[in-house]
Amino acid sequence: MQDADDILKQLQQRFGDTGLQQQQRKDDILTVWLPKEQLIPVTQWLKAAVDKPYKLLYDVCGIDERDRMGNGYLPLKDFTVVYHLFSFERNDFICLKVALEGEYPSLPSITSLYKNANWYEREVYDMFGIRFEGHPHLQRILMPLTWPGHPLRKEHPARATESGPFRLFTEYEDREQNALEFKPEEWGMQRQTDDADFMFLNIGPQHPGTHGVLRIVLQLDGEDIVDAVPEIGFHHRGAEKMGERQSWHTYIPYTDRVDYLGGVMNNLAYLLAVEKLAGIEVPDRVKVIRVMLCELFRISSHLVWFGTFAQDVGQLSPVFYMFTDREKVFDIIEAVCGGRMHPNWFRIGGVAQDLPNGWDGLVRHFVNYFPKRIREYTNMVLRNSLFKGRTKGIGIYTLEEAIEWGVTGAGLRACGFEWDFRKKRPYSGYEMFDFDIPIAQNGDCYDRAIVRVEEMRQSLRIVEQCLNNMPEGSYKADHPLTTPPIKKHTMKDIETLITHFLNVSWGPVIPAGEAMSCIEATKGANSYYLTSDGNTSPYRVRIRTPSFPHMQMVPYISKGYTVADLLSILGSVDFVLADIDR
Amino acid sequence: MQHVWIVLGVLFVLLNVAAGLIWVERRMLAMWQDRLGPNRAGPLGLLIVLADTLKLFFKEDWIPSFADKKIFVIAPAIVVASVLMSFVVIPFAPGIVVADLNIGVLFFLAMSSLGVYSIVLGGWASNNKYSLLGAMRGASQMIAYEVFMGLSLMGVVMMTGSFRLTDIVEAQRSVWFCFTQPLGLILFFIAGIAETHRLPFDIPESESELIAGFHSEYSGMKFGMFFIGEYLGVTLISAMTVTMFFGGWMGPEFLPGWAWFFIKTFAFILFFILLRASLPRPRYDQLMESGWKVLLPLVLVNILVTGAVLLYLKG
Repeated sequence: MQDADDILKQLQQRFGDTGLQQQQRKDDILTVWLPKEQLIPVTQWLKAAVDKPYKLLYDVCGIDERDRMGNGYLPLKDFTVVYHLFSFERNDFICLKVALEGEYPSLPSITSLYKNANWYEREVYDMFGIRFEGHPHLQRILMPLTWPGHPLRKEHPARATESGPFRLFTEYEDREQNALEFKPEEWGMQRQTDDADFMFLNIGPQHPGTHGVLRIVLQLDGEDIVDAVPEIGFHHRGAEKMGERQSWHTYIPYTDRVDYLGGVMNNLAYLLAVEKLAGIEVPDRVKVIRVMLCELFRISSHLVWFGTFAQDVGQLSPVFYMFTDREKVFDIIEAVCGGRMHPNWFRIGGVAQDLPNGWDGLVRHFVNYFPKRIREYTNMVLRNSLFKGRTKGIGIYTLEEAIEWGVTGAGLRACGFEWDFRKKRPYSGYEMFDFDIPIAQNGDCYDRAIVRVEEMRQSLRIVEQCLNNMPEGSYKADHPLTTPPIKKHTMKDIETLITHFLNVSWGPVIPAGEAMSCIEATKGANSYYLTSDGNTSPYRVRIRTPSFPHMQMVPYISKGYTVADLLSILGSVDFVLADIDR
Repeated sequence: MQHVWIVLGVLFVLLNVAAGLIWVERRMLAMWQDRLGPNRAGPLGLLIVLADTLKLFFKEDWIPSFADKKIFVIAPAIVVASVLMSFVVIPFAPGIVVADLNIGVLFFLAMSSLGVYSIVLGGWASNNKYSLLGAMRGASQMIAYEVFMGLSLMGVVMMTGSFRLTDIVEAQRSVWFCFTQPLGLILFFIAGIAETHRLPFDIPESESELIAGFHSEYSGMKFGMFFIGEYLGVTLISAMTVTMFFGGWMGPEFLPGWAWFFIKTFAFILFFILLRASLPRPRYDQLMESGWKVLLPLVLVNILVTGAVLLYLKG
């Protein structure tokens, strides 16, 4: 906190305290309102001039403030653009907010300062219609180019019944068809140079190597990649928009499906933010149960990645062994949660049920069984010289580049930087556990693989500690806002009965405020930035996913390699399309 | 009359082996990958062969409107024809050989080289970028590996003094060439994998990059022809390995010659499948590099040493 006060003082000294206002948040992240003229100077200063600079642009999002109730302490404006910056040296976030007025406002772009601002600003433009002046290629990113309106604006319909029946008129159809025509110029690519005609290869949206509906347009000279442009948004389901009409409780299943390999890990990211807003402290047993399931899901997600990565470089068998082992993880998860990939099992203030009888036997069996398998996989895949030939020295980025592009998770640790949010900013009781942060030095595909494999070992260590030290106690916090609400005295007096009834039928009313969680998810840092205006549903849900910036970096690290290398790179980045598009 | 029977017999056996390999490969792969594989149709799932064939026959035989139609249709036939032609010179047992040519080895090399036309033409005629990339890869891979495939057999030829395959088998009565020409064997087998473009050298079709490479646009029985061509190729390379290095039909007396030949060949087919189950795929340029820079010099050294030793023994 001392640090945060310092930086605020310095900011006010440098840029005058008239424009800069501080806002209190529930999560203790320093939040400063700026006029839009000062955005560039302030970010520039924070990134370069200040000591212990804020090198990582963590997230950019917009908020449509026009329907927000009771935000008297904020500059009352139509839109807000929110920037989250992160400093590794300080181990702290800073949040910059720019208030905007008008129907379709604009503000200066920071793409010249942070490389990964490009896609984030395109997303804000796509979702809100806010224009960024000076952006090199301000175009829709998630929605189709022909989409009418901007989905996260409050006037945009949230469901089909609000927007009238759909009819496909011929002229619409023609327009849509024409929009699909591929013109390299629009993607920023040349058709030829003086001595070569380029070939454009369309990889995806249906392609065995993209692991989902991702389209990458390659500009090829022979088999060498001159440029690559990813097109995303095929998997966009409007998870953020859905949050605005679901109750705090009923939104949990939607989070499961964001990083669909991460399962309950997504619940955790969301609930940590909700619990900060509601001021709920969960009991130790809840923390440990949550950690155990999250780590099991980390193992299962890494197993999928490992198998498919091996398959991407042509090794057919590992994926079958690893899916068999993933099945063993799912057996435990199924026994505990009843579900497999999307268990939807964490609740506000706790988990859905206590652990079932015999859970420890299942987990112990797995903990004893799995290390041998990892050894076998290491020998089979990582030590194979053909595999090394395909992955060593491919897709290299340095630590500075990684931070510049917003890389988190294993991709960052493969550059030799020991950074893990579980260790550095412990949440949900991770400070109680003993584990190492695996790192590697070269930042190529092979090193990213090594880091992830070692992470599975560390996860197993954590699971084992959970197994041996599971605290006794309640599986839910004793707090009126937990879901499902506490029922103990409902049959005794009418007040608690009414409260219970309202909390079940409407869902809990979370106090107004803002909070952001930040967890080390399977693929990198995952955050939910929630804004509540004191209602039964969030006012705005912002999901910061790790795969989005990772995918943005793929063109940068694949230029100059061949088509075959692109598949190694895609495999090593480990993305999930639902995690990119949300 | 006997000739006609041999021709028909060989053709019948080969086509059945190629079809049967569908089942063998799928079941063996499954076994090595902790799965079951096709086990429902008929005993042990054997009828999957019939089911697969029927399926291929009844599938829509689609020729893309953008394809070069004549070449598109001819391409898959070339691979099957050329591989079948190579079998002409292989002696399956004493007296069971379609044509015992005195240029047997050369004929085999010539015919198996023709197979590349089907890849190049198929990929070109499909008029699809993935197919084209696959065809280009296929062509350069074939050129690189063709060269030392022929040269790797020359050691055996020098030791026998004949291109005739029956002579080569006879020459192995005392000791198989796999003991006297180990380097030649390894190099020939590597070249053979590249020739049949099986994993790890399936660069022309490498499914995780190029969908299905040169045969992306093929469906129905035309695709089936590529499929059969591939299995026939696997059988051919296995049979050639056995003939050139493992004494062909020779073996202890308690089994007839053709049975020994069959057993040995089958062992190599299984080895092909095992390779597929275990190895990743090198990159195209790595494959070319190892071909030209490592394997070709090795094969030349092999010839040089063999020649020197032969001259020395001659006195």
